Amino acid sequence: MRIGVVTFPGSLDDRDAQRAVRLAGAEPVALWHGDHDLHGVDAIVLPGGFSYGDYLRCGAIAALSPIMREVVDAAGRGVPVLGICNGFQVLVEAHLLPGGLIRNDHGRFVCRDQRLRVESTGTAWTSAFREGQEIVVPLKNGEGGFIADAETLARIEGEGQVVFRYLDVNPNGSLHDIAGLRNERGNVVGLMPHPEHAVEPGFGPDTTAAMRSGTDGLAVFRSVLEHALARA
Amino acid sequence: MPTIVVEVMPKAELLDPQGKAVAGALERIGTTAVRDVRVGKRFELTVDGPVDAAVLEDVRRIAETVLANTVIEDVVAITAEESIVPGETH
Repeated sequence: MRIGVVTFPGSLDDRDAQRAVRLAGAEPVALWHGDHDLHGVDAIVLPGGFSYGDYLRCGAIAALSPIMREVVDAAGRGVPVLGICNGFQVLVEAHLLPGGLIRNDHGRFVCRDQRLRVESTGTAWTSAFREGQEIVVPLKNGEGGFIADAETLARIEGEGQVVFRYLDVNPNGSLHDIAGLRNERGNVVGLMPHPEHAVEPGFGPDTTAAMRSGTDGLAVFRSVLEHALARA
Repeated sequence: MPTIVVEVMPKAELLDPQGKAVAGALERIGTTAVRDVRVGKRFELTVDGPVDAAVLEDVRRIAETVLANTVIEDVVAITAEESIVPGETH
C-alpha cells in the first residue's frame, strides 16, 4: 500500500508522518503542494506544521493549493485522507470537515502528552482501535480550539462524527472536548493531536511501563492498511 | 488606483481569544474605559479599473470564500475608496 504525505511550504511533520507510514508497513510517497499529481496513492496524509506561516488563517492558503484540488476529488471518491494538526486545519478550511479551529482559549501554545478517547472506530483511520479505547499521543498547537455553531455541533454529535475526544484536560478550549472529527463517509479524519509522534518505542510519550515507550499512534496508520486490505 | 476595503470579524457568538488577550493587557495597564475588545482583519484590495458592480460582486465572492471563513467569521463591510495609499496623488 502506498500512502502519500503532502508537503506544503511550512509543513514540519511530513517526514515524521512518512516514517509512521513506513513503521506501519506501508510505503510513504512524498507529494508536493504545487503539483496536481497524487502519484496514484491509496491514501493521503496532510501533516502538521505551519503552512504559509499560518497567514490569513491556519491552513487557509494551503487549502487553496493545486494538490488540494486533487485531494478534495480523491476524498469524494472515498480515498482515505488524514489531517493531523495543521492538516486538520487544512481539511476544515477545504470544507472536507465541519466547524473551525481558532486560537487556544488560554492564548498559549500547548505541548503535552494528551490522553484521548477513541469515539468512532468506523473510519478508515481508526478501525484498528477498540470503541472507547483510551490512548496517549503528543499534542502541540497554538490554534487547536475547535468551534462550530450549535446546529453544526448537534449534527456532529448526532451523527457520531466525533472520532477523538480529549480526556483529563481540555488543552485548547475545544467545544465538547473535540480532538478529532470524521466526515459522514468515514474516509476523511482530522485531529489536532499527533499520532505520528507515538509510533516507535523510545520516541513516543511516557507510559507506566517505560519512558517514551508509547506507540498508541501506530494504530491510526495500521487502520488504513487494514482498510485497504479489506477493500482489496 | 481604486482600493476596496474588506473588513472581517470573528463571529459575535464565538470565542475571540485574541481579543480577550488584548482586553487583558488593557486592564493590566490600568485602562478602565474599555469593557471588551474584539480583533478582526482589514484587507485592502487594489483594483485596476473602475469599481463597478461586477468588480464588487467579484470582491464579495473572494471575501466570503477566501478572505473570511464564514464558519467562524463574518464579512462585516466592503467599501470602495479612491485611494488610501499615503502620499499617493490623485
